[in-house]
Amino acid sequence: MKRGLTVLLITGALVGTGVTVFYSAAAAGDDDAHEWRGESRDARRLPRGLMPAADPVYQSECAACHMAYPPRLLPARSWERLMSGLDNHFGENAELSRETQEAITRYLVVHAAERAESRISAKILDGIPRITTPLRISETRYFVRKHDEIPERMVSGNPEVKSFANCAACHRGAEQGQFDEHDVGIPGFPHARF
Amino acid sequence: MKRTVMITVALFAAPVLAEGGVVERLLEEYRAAGAAMPSSEAGRRLWTQEISRGQETRSCASCHTADLRKEGRHAETGRSIRPLAPSVNARRLTEAAKIEKWFGRNCKWTYGRACTPEEKGHFLSYISTQ
Repeated sequence: MKRGLTVLLITGALVGTGVTVFYSAAAAGDDDAHEWRGESRDARRLPRGLMPAADPVYQSECAACHMAYPPRLLPARSWERLMSGLDNHFGENAELSRETQEAITRYLVVHAAERAESRISAKILDGIPRITTPLRISETRYFVRKHDEIPERMVSGNPEVKSFANCAACHRGAEQGQFDEHDVGIPGFPHARF
Repeated sequence: MKRTVMITVALFAAPVLAEGGVVERLLEEYRAAGAAMPSSEAGRRLWTQEISRGQETRSCASCHTADLRKEGRHAETGRSIRPLAPSVNARRLTEAAKIEKWFGRNCKWTYGRACTPEEKGHFLSYISTQ
């Protein structure tokens, strides 16, 4: 009877959360996995906005070339891997002194998506298989799903935008951590609505 | 009265002296490292010289444009870059560490190697006249 109940519970959990057998198996012996699944169920209760990047060193060292992406948009393991390869940062040299690199890594890891104090963090984590470590926010399933209706001519073919890395070109509140789709304006496409 | 005039002159001259000081000091370092006389004309030519890098060509102007008084745009990310010319952006060329950091990163991006002291001298004297 007890065994039957366990089987029922496991089946229920599988159907309820819609995860694959693989992830359940991985999660069975892993408390962290239960934790983030639990968090994601409560995602709707979390605030919509994201804490913007506030660290002055992160701002001055990283935001000269790209927006200071809110650390909440990637898991800690992604930030760690990204920060350990700055000599080839998406094809560019972005090396920092060791102290600066360590300080920025600390800031990013401490404020990473696992903190899940926002809806976006929880959804981003949900879409990342635990065996992968994405280096680009734009590679995450959540990002791809949210931008799949945007044609290339509006981004890479648009000299005012150029890349999905350039959040603030269209998300006017990006620097303040606001990525709401109702506040999107694509330069050169004033009538596009999402 | 004379004192007031001197203080006023000192206040206005201070930023100019500070800027000149940083650039002068770096140029002196490059000379000591064996660089020939820096030339802003040589710097101007280097600035727009396109370097073949795989599928694309790159130059300083790829991101900063050929007119240093204008805003630039990062070639990969599209991020806008404030003008490099000290005549329109007084904060430029005021910090030696910042100058060297960007020579380090941007020479590797453009040429795939560090710049020589001579090249840095040419660039610096060109940028400082803009």
